[in-house]
Amino acid sequence: MNQLALLGHAALSKLAAFGRAGMMLFQSLVAKPQPVIMFPLFVKQVYFVGVLSLIIIVVSGLFIGMVLGLQGYTILVDYGSEQAVGQMVALSLVRELAPVVTALLFAGRAGSALTAEIGLMKATEQLSSLEMIGVDPLRRIVAPRFWAGFVCLPILSAIFALVGVYGGAIVGVEWLGIYDGSFWANMQNSVDFYDDVLNGLIKAVVFGFVVTWIAVFQGYDCMPTSEGISQATTKTVVYASLAVLGLDFILTAVMFGEL
Amino acid sequence: MNEFDDVVIDIQKLSFSRGDRSIYDEVDIKIPRGKITGIMGPSGTGKTTLLRLIGGQLKPDAGSILVDDENIPELNRSDLFSVRERMGMLFQSGALFTDISVFENVAFPIRVHTDLSDDMIRDVVLMKLQAVGLRGAHNLMPSELSGGMARRVALARAIALDPDIVMYDEPFTGQDPIAMGVLVNLIRRLNNSLGHTSIIVSHDIQETLGIADYIHIIADSKVIASGTPEELRQDDSPQVKQFMHGLPDGPVPFHYPAGDYETDLLRGQG
Repeated sequence: MNQLALLGHAALSKLAAFGRAGMMLFQSLVAKPQPVIMFPLFVKQVYFVGVLSLIIIVVSGLFIGMVLGLQGYTILVDYGSEQAVGQMVALSLVRELAPVVTALLFAGRAGSALTAEIGLMKATEQLSSLEMIGVDPLRRIVAPRFWAGFVCLPILSAIFALVGVYGGAIVGVEWLGIYDGSFWANMQNSVDFYDDVLNGLIKAVVFGFVVTWIAVFQGYDCMPTSEGISQATTKTVVYASLAVLGLDFILTAVMFGEL
Repeated sequence: MNEFDDVVIDIQKLSFSRGDRSIYDEVDIKIPRGKITGIMGPSGTGKTTLLRLIGGQLKPDAGSILVDDENIPELNRSDLFSVRERMGMLFQSGALFTDISVFENVAFPIRVHTDLSDDMIRDVVLMKLQAVGLRGAHNLMPSELSGGMARRVALARAIALDPDIVMYDEPFTGQDPIAMGVLVNLIRRLNNSLGHTSIIVSHDIQETLGIADYIHIIADSKVIASGTPEELRQDDSPQVKQFMHGLPDGPVPFHYPAGDYETDLLRGQG
């Protein structure tokens, strides 16, 4: 009986947190637009969240593309169809790896930083003092960070796919000697803009929303102590990664599964 | 007791608890306009909580908090923010924004709530910093300040917009004797010249007695005494006497509620 009560208690507290997260997002985003104040704050966050994540995204994209090229070649060369490496690399990147890996890296690189920053602002009473100055911290602190993450993740994902394709080409064409005409032509023939590129971007948009939402909420809702902030940062990475992988399956099933 | 001509904050039957612990139990507090009111009491009695309740950052379990006849707990978000524009609050930790300089910290409320030109903002900020003796530090970042200096910058920020009500949360802790004297004078002077209402939460008895026009002492979820500093000095009730003279033994417990000391110690030797 006690176990049952504990389970119920845990479920209720999760639901309550979900409700708080929804309220927070609603109060941050639904308000009179103040472009003059908000735009510079947004740009600053795009720099911190997006531009500073470029290195990890580009390097990871390059290596993942190169690994795909190498693995694809060693398998396909047995069947004499190594020209198909191009389409394999491009399709797996655009449909799956670019949005998912970018979102996972983004959760670790930018999401944890957002959580820690907002959590520390809470712990040092900066959020309270904003409130007392008469400025809504949800609008001032949470909203620009949320929008920045939401906008940056799809762009980073596109960059990841682009760099990955070049990585695959470096290994496949330059090093292993696949005929570059068929490498690129096969890729062009098999990758469809709507079915593949756009669906991949939609995934990235969804992941951008979820990962940033989790990150800002965990920061805003954390216990204002050092232990609370460390827990919140961990939660951001764990919840965001699980959400990305789970949502990826659902989105893939809807987009490509023809259910 | 508690009768004033002009009351700016009127707290009625306020109850508030954290978990199972009752912080306030049907408390009535009146804050007179244009005066300095001290809120004193042992630590852990919820003095800071009271300021947060007045600022609307916490919601009471019951009761009303009227600030100029507006009931804070019932205001919606945007009304609450507009009431807060008339309040300034000095936080215990200072709570400066760590990503901008001292100058920008003080300028922040001015930029948010007014359309003043940069030149005028600069003048106002330097005047406020001069008042707290830190004009020379305006280029520093908050991380380069000592705790006491950060508190003084925070004070400059709290009064940047000349609010009607200024709430000071432990303004005297961590200040050296010189800064302390300056601060006491400053609070007094600000209050007299600008005519705003000051609420000082503190357990520095001498400083608070020296500066406040009126004092409420809080202990055990209740207001145990209210009056002018002179009246409180004369007060005969054991609780007030204990607090005013800083005696360890008396009706106000020094210890957080706990079981029997001896049993607790012996329990480990089973």
